[in-house]
Amino acid sequence: MAEVFERVRKVICEQLSVTEGEVSDDKRFQEDLNADSLDVVELIMALEEEFGIEIPDDDVANMKTVGDVSSYVADKV
Amino acid sequence: MGFPPEPSGRVVITGMGAITPLGNSIDAFWPRMLAGESGIGEITLMDVSDYPTTIAGEVKDFDPELYLEKREARKVDRFIAFSAGATAQALEDSQFPLDDEELKLETGCLIGSGIGGLIMMSDQTKRLWESGPSRVSPFLVPYMIPDMASGYTSILHGFKGPNTCVVTACATGVNAIGDAYHIIKRGDAVAMMAGGTEAPISPIGMSGFCAARAMTTNNEMGARASRPFDANRDGFVMGEGAGVMVLEDYAFAKARGAKILAEIVGYGMSGDAHHITMPDPDGDGARRSMLKALKSAGLQPEDIGYVNAHGTSTPYNDKFETIGIKRAFGDHAYKVPISSTKSSIGHLLGAAGAVESVICVMAMLDSKLPPTINYETPDPECDLDIIPNVARDAEIEYAMTNSFGFGGHNGTLIFKKTVE
Repeated sequence: MAEVFERVRKVICEQLSVTEGEVSDDKRFQEDLNADSLDVVELIMALEEEFGIEIPDDDVANMKTVGDVSSYVADKV
Repeated sequence: MGFPPEPSGRVVITGMGAITPLGNSIDAFWPRMLAGESGIGEITLMDVSDYPTTIAGEVKDFDPELYLEKREARKVDRFIAFSAGATAQALEDSQFPLDDEELKLETGCLIGSGIGGLIMMSDQTKRLWESGPSRVSPFLVPYMIPDMASGYTSILHGFKGPNTCVVTACATGVNAIGDAYHIIKRGDAVAMMAGGTEAPISPIGMSGFCAARAMTTNNEMGARASRPFDANRDGFVMGEGAGVMVLEDYAFAKARGAKILAEIVGYGMSGDAHHITMPDPDGDGARRSMLKALKSAGLQPEDIGYVNAHGTSTPYNDKFETIGIKRAFGDHAYKVPISSTKSSIGHLLGAAGAVESVICVMAMLDSKLPPTINYETPDPECDLDIIPNVARDAEIEYAMTNSFGFGGHNGTLIFKKTVE
């Protein structure tokens, strides 16, 4: 599980050009990490590739924070 | 003075910036151009082993993070990063008051691109066919569309005036500056960021221009392959980069105490109505474009002290442009110094006319005319004074630049040195 969280964090850092220190579970993508809706689409795409999963748009609508995404991905893999 | 001020009907240049294959600023490229250097070499941006053309004028060591935040620098297409860089330089040069919110409501952007984000398009098309439609980037559309150079610039600096784009292939840069000149002249804006940007060195860009048989295949000539007006020219050399000017209403620029570099006094346009890629063999579109520019400036051919030619180094362009200049200038065609600076930086497509406008202004300010380099074998059909190989000292009051694009778009600008 810790390994999944670590990989998610890496993808987020890479996609949003932020440092690991900035990416804690409570961070909101739009408000805290300055990601717009297109950034989020691209981030989700990168996570789908990294983990070989499909993340439907309806599920994405509920993901506001780093923690939301991490636990969603952890459930899927 | 109330704001916005009454338009003076005159438009001046108060700042300029450029990213070119010979250097990533005007200070960097201009001395090298006057020294007769070339920015052409083997392509490094992509694998060209399967391409008939393997050389280009690449922008070297360009660091977008000088002008954009790290995340943005990594994401935007190269043509947007180039325009951001050239605009930042031009704004710095003009000491433009970026803290004046009222002024920014009347300041616009018209930075064209001949094609737009070709690298983005090339990369994402590959993703589409390799990985399927769900893998295409959400940034493909915004960073591919040619108008995003203007859009992005307006967002970066908060310019809320006219925000538009010109796409006229290789005439784009001249049309963008000319149309921005008209926008200010008629009072629709007080200031404009105007110019062109292009980053076409991508698999789809290179293969397309190779297929059109427009580019040189003299790869072994390398830095000597771009040879406008030379008898052995065989096609243009692709370039990339951007040129941007800060244009302002004359009275406004004067009132704010801006340093005025030059005035735009003439702008002409015409259409060939002849062929999708070939220029009119009578040079008639070129002739009418130059004559319209002269007429709008109220000048005679004898007034022009320098012409920066379109001079692409294709067999057709240089021959037909020569005919057009002879027909527009009459006897003065043999007296006016003409050069094609594409000989040293290649053809920047939609950015060409903008960078060449910058060159015209620099030539007037420094009283030095840049040469047509790589000139070895005279072509009897190109027998004008093309400033062969060596820069020339000359005091000039008016400089003209020509740009012609696929589709038969012809544009001509005239600049004046003394502004009073």
